[in-house]
Amino acid sequence: MYRYDEFDHAFVKARVAEFRDQVERRLSGELTEDQFKPLRLMNGVYLQLHAYMLRIAIPYGTLSSRQMRMLGHIARTYDKGYGHFTTRQNLQFHWPALKDIPQILEDLATVEMHAIQTSGNCIRNVTADHFAGAAADEVADPRPYAEILRQWSSLHPEFSYLPRKFKIAVTGAERDRAAVQVHDIGLHLRKDASGRLGFTVYVGGGLGRTPMIGKKIRDFLPEEDLLSYTTAILRVYNLHGRRDNKYKARIKILVHETGTEELAAQVEKEFEALKESELKLPEADIQAIDAYFAPPALPARPEGDAALKAATATDSGFADWLRRNLNTHKNPDYASVTISLKGIGEVPGDASADQMDAVADLAERYGFDEIRVSHEQNLILPHVARADLKAVFDRLVEIGLATSNAGLVTDIIACPGLDYCALANARSIPVAQQISTRFASQARQEEIGDLKIKISGCINACGHHHVGHIGILGVEKKGAELYQVTLGGSGDENTSIGEIVGRGFGPDEIVDAVDTIVETYLAHRQDKNEPFLAAYRRLGSAPFKEALYGREAKAA
Amino acid sequence: MKLLTANRLIDGEVVWLAADGRWAEDITEAEIARDEEAIERLEKTGREAAARNEVVDVNLIDVEFVDGAIHPIRLRERIRAAGPSIHPDLGKQARRRVLAPV
Repeated sequence: MYRYDEFDHAFVKARVAEFRDQVERRLSGELTEDQFKPLRLMNGVYLQLHAYMLRIAIPYGTLSSRQMRMLGHIARTYDKGYGHFTTRQNLQFHWPALKDIPQILEDLATVEMHAIQTSGNCIRNVTADHFAGAAADEVADPRPYAEILRQWSSLHPEFSYLPRKFKIAVTGAERDRAAVQVHDIGLHLRKDASGRLGFTVYVGGGLGRTPMIGKKIRDFLPEEDLLSYTTAILRVYNLHGRRDNKYKARIKILVHETGTEELAAQVEKEFEALKESELKLPEADIQAIDAYFAPPALPARPEGDAALKAATATDSGFADWLRRNLNTHKNPDYASVTISLKGIGEVPGDASADQMDAVADLAERYGFDEIRVSHEQNLILPHVARADLKAVFDRLVEIGLATSNAGLVTDIIACPGLDYCALANARSIPVAQQISTRFASQARQEEIGDLKIKISGCINACGHHHVGHIGILGVEKKGAELYQVTLGGSGDENTSIGEIVGRGFGPDEIVDAVDTIVETYLAHRQDKNEPFLAAYRRLGSAPFKEALYGREAKAA
Repeated sequence: MKLLTANRLIDGEVVWLAADGRWAEDITEAEIARDEEAIERLEKTGREAAARNEVVDVNLIDVEFVDGAIHPIRLRERIRAAGPSIHPDLGKQARRRVLAPV
């Protein structure tokens, strides 16, 4: 993985010192809250319902064991013993005291981490496929490009005060596991006919109150043009993006209002002027960054298959886990492991300090020191020898992280919601917990098959409900929580925005409603090989409406 | 009926303005404003406390009495007064249990 050089160390250290001084001046009263708020936000410090919240950047979701242990240390020392992994591949602490945050940032800097640009109208943490560098279906590792974008965008003077926040995602396989089409810029790595690497470029995707699928404005952008083309997009946005209305300030609105063709033409015009500038990436620079992401030397471990055969014969729980929580690795002796942070009835994305330490130990012992955070709020060990899977599983059982539900109905994304968040209108986590408990049976979950439920507690859509196969949006109506359901959303290479199925459901009704939707799918699917999303796309919403609203639907 | 609530600057702790002018950590200690004059007094005290950098995000909230106890009307404020509904072991609700074992 990327290692800080001298410049990076000095840069982060200076930033910590600067923020320490700002906090001191705030506490002494020298700075007012109005003056301080933008400064704290630039360092990832929010004020939430119960306390401050610190959002820490995990660039493209990649962590070393040492970094994970530091997160555990911070959770234990300064917070309440746990942290929350987010849909942006970041980590949030929900209880830090403002007075402690400079020290937390200093501790983080010792493991090459920070919280810069995790808030504010700037280019945020660049996200990527969590199986990057390991997946068998990968064209190229997206992380070197995400790292190049990270370095270029860090405190970029021209792009620190954009009309609104700006999110870039990069994926490197045919299957899009980074939801690139719902980002401000989505980059899909591919090779052209001559074998050159480049990107299909999407712009103007996003969720929130106006969900939009990104528009393809370049079928193939050579890798050397990554920064010049991205700069061109940002320039067009910075110049023309709406600053008069916060709700219309994202680039998706500009793309929508300008028209894709016209916007693409504006970008191409800017790009022409930048193409041969210093932004053109020299091959040597790309290779230098690539070298940091060279895959670990994986020794041959051909004994894996025999070991798994023996172990699964006596341990059905292990067999369940192998069936659900592995992703095919480039090297047939290895696999990528999903560590589910979605235990039945647990809080999606939460991990205790002890669990963080244990995952760090596992990564060090069996996983070449690499951990990933997925945007689906799970952890990944990207490189584990198949021969070691039983040992990893046994340890995960001990620490309560061996739930065999990756991609199943209980693998739910949920934002923090009204239990923590100052913007939320309704709770998300209890809904996720109740659905998880309802569908606890492994056999029933596997019978249902792949099904993504995503829950947001407000229209800002941190829980990605628009792209959930079943999406749930919590709103406040007449002082009570109400949950709107959308169906048919998807955040992959065939992105779609879910459609609202009908009137919302109260907190006591929503789990039954999800159950009804699932039962309707089971009753109507062609066979077990037709997953929920495919069945919905074939059937449309009618049978689901009928099942949910029955008499009302007929009357209307 | 209204209360004045805020977060303490130094650590973000949720607080309510008490009758004696302190910022109390427990909503049961909050001063209840029942008329315009009392509301104005709360607001003025809140503005001054914010100016002295004791608290941030100062807001008036609506409350009623339910079974003799102060009950914020909005769920948001009930969660602020107790702690996350998913973690009875965290926040004020946990402390209250320790303080009042009966």
